[in-house]
Amino acid sequence: MRVLVGVKRVVDFAVRVRIGADKMGVDLANVKMSMNPFCEIAVEEAVRLKEAKIASDVVAVSIGPKQCQETLRTALAMGADRAIHILSDLRTDRDLQPLAVAKLLANIVGKEKADLVILGKQSIDDDCNQTGQMLAGLLSWPQATFASKLTIADDKKNATVVREIDGGLQTISCVLPAVVTCDLRLNEPRYSSLPNIMKARKKPLETLAASDLGVDLEPRLQTVSVAPPPERKAGVIVESVDELVAKLKAVGAVP
Amino acid sequence: MWALGIRRRALSTLVVADHVKGAVQPATLNAITAAASIGASPVRVLVTGGDKGAVDSVAKSVSGVDGVDGVFAVAHDAYSHLLAENVSSLVVNLHQKEKFSHILFPATTFGKNVAPRLAALLDVAVVSDIISVGGPDTFTKPVYAGNAIATVKSKDPVKVVTVRPTAFAAAASSGKSASIADAAVPDQPETGLTKWVSEDIVKSDRPELASAKVIVAGGRALKSAENFNLLYKLADILNGAVGASRAAVDAGFCSNDLQIGQTGKVVAPDLYIAIGISGAIQHLAGMKDSKVIVAINKDKEAPIFQIADYGLVGDLFTIIPALEKALSK
Repeated sequence: MRVLVGVKRVVDFAVRVRIGADKMGVDLANVKMSMNPFCEIAVEEAVRLKEAKIASDVVAVSIGPKQCQETLRTALAMGADRAIHILSDLRTDRDLQPLAVAKLLANIVGKEKADLVILGKQSIDDDCNQTGQMLAGLLSWPQATFASKLTIADDKKNATVVREIDGGLQTISCVLPAVVTCDLRLNEPRYSSLPNIMKARKKPLETLAASDLGVDLEPRLQTVSVAPPPERKAGVIVESVDELVAKLKAVGAVP
Repeated sequence: MWALGIRRRALSTLVVADHVKGAVQPATLNAITAAASIGASPVRVLVTGGDKGAVDSVAKSVSGVDGVDGVFAVAHDAYSHLLAENVSSLVVNLHQKEKFSHILFPATTFGKNVAPRLAALLDVAVVSDIISVGGPDTFTKPVYAGNAIATVKSKDPVKVVTVRPTAFAAAASSGKSASIADAAVPDQPETGLTKWVSEDIVKSDRPELASAKVIVAGGRALKSAENFNLLYKLADILNGAVGASRAAVDAGFCSNDLQIGQTGKVVAPDLYIAIGISGAIQHLAGMKDSKVIVAINKDKEAPIFQIADYGLVGDLFTIIPALEKALSK
């Protein structure tokens, strides 16, 4: 079966972001970018399916500026077979929105005849948590979101997925083809070895223009402004447990 | 009534209720408050599920909630466990008849699962995790793990929105009761795409994490699951809930539904006590709107101290027992 993995290039998770001077977004100039952590988990899961001889072909897809090719090379170094880059200059943390991304992915799913799509549950820039669900809706496929365990049946017609839900875990079974979105606990992504990084340079990477795919890319949500969150006022360091409890009692935080 | 046809389309809101075993999830009540603040009335609530008794009891309880003008109740096997495929098609069916201008979900795992699928079926965007309402089409939402707040304006004819529960008060009981009506079930309610297999729900006598007034949260520095139990004793004294950082969950000290942060639960209690938690960006995203934050950590450089109202530098294994003693007095 063919597995499609969506990967997104985002500001590295450890970077403390700053609001740009125009107050319309986060400043992306000279900021370290990396693969979205949830997408790494998606790639790892797809590669594991390949190693278990369940997947025959793993295709990584990324949408955005030309630097997304670095993100795709990372996926190839982790073990994806080939990559598709959908080129768009819209800002992927603001203007290229989940509905358009889902439509672009649906287009590629159709072209590639994928049997399973694995995505991260959310990207850590827009924090939307929407693309996988939207893609499943557009394709009329089942969706298994927030997956912490994925098992493909031997006949490859069904998948059993353990999902992280409020209060605990839920297990569902869905017919394939399906869309799965990964939670943090699905797996531990591997580091790519230098030989694999070298090999990844030779793997096929196809580029398509987003504007050629017949998808309306117009953002449905117009950004009016972006502001820093309210700052908390400086706190105090207390010297002892008794002082702490006294302060908490004084402000009525404890009875 | 032909004159209605030429009038501009009226506003009206649907809130899709999240509930568990016959009890409404508190986050639904926060979403009802958000709906009322949009001002797109009437505000009606959809309650659906597989068990008729449970649906009826939830429908009855939300019908008495302030701001609710009507309730749709739909009990059918296809909606057991609120699977996204079936519930989204039910909402599409209802929307075709009622033409809502706004469809709101609480930003629980249920709401996050269903709302985007529904939006794709309607060919509209989702405004996710809103924290305030600026008008019928303008909302604010956190991005970049809460380090930036975006104000967005929706250009879609139908606004599909998920509501961050901690950002809105829970709607109270009104003393009245709104009417409860059945809603039509689609011709093929069971899509057959997904089947529920089983559930493993963590049982607890303590207040629910998302709505607790006090939270005692532990991190990696607790060192073991046995030590993590120290937090429960402290939480019991304060009638609070216990939460955790991702490090504590990954180390196996507690179950992952206790995780607070960008990828876990977002909480905003009156008192948050962070014990042995360094305060990574991802953790702060889930708790920095708490009213009073206390940090207990042996590393005085830990970032958690930058947002804590009260910090105590020291060994948690001597501080926790001392704190228990001082609070029990």
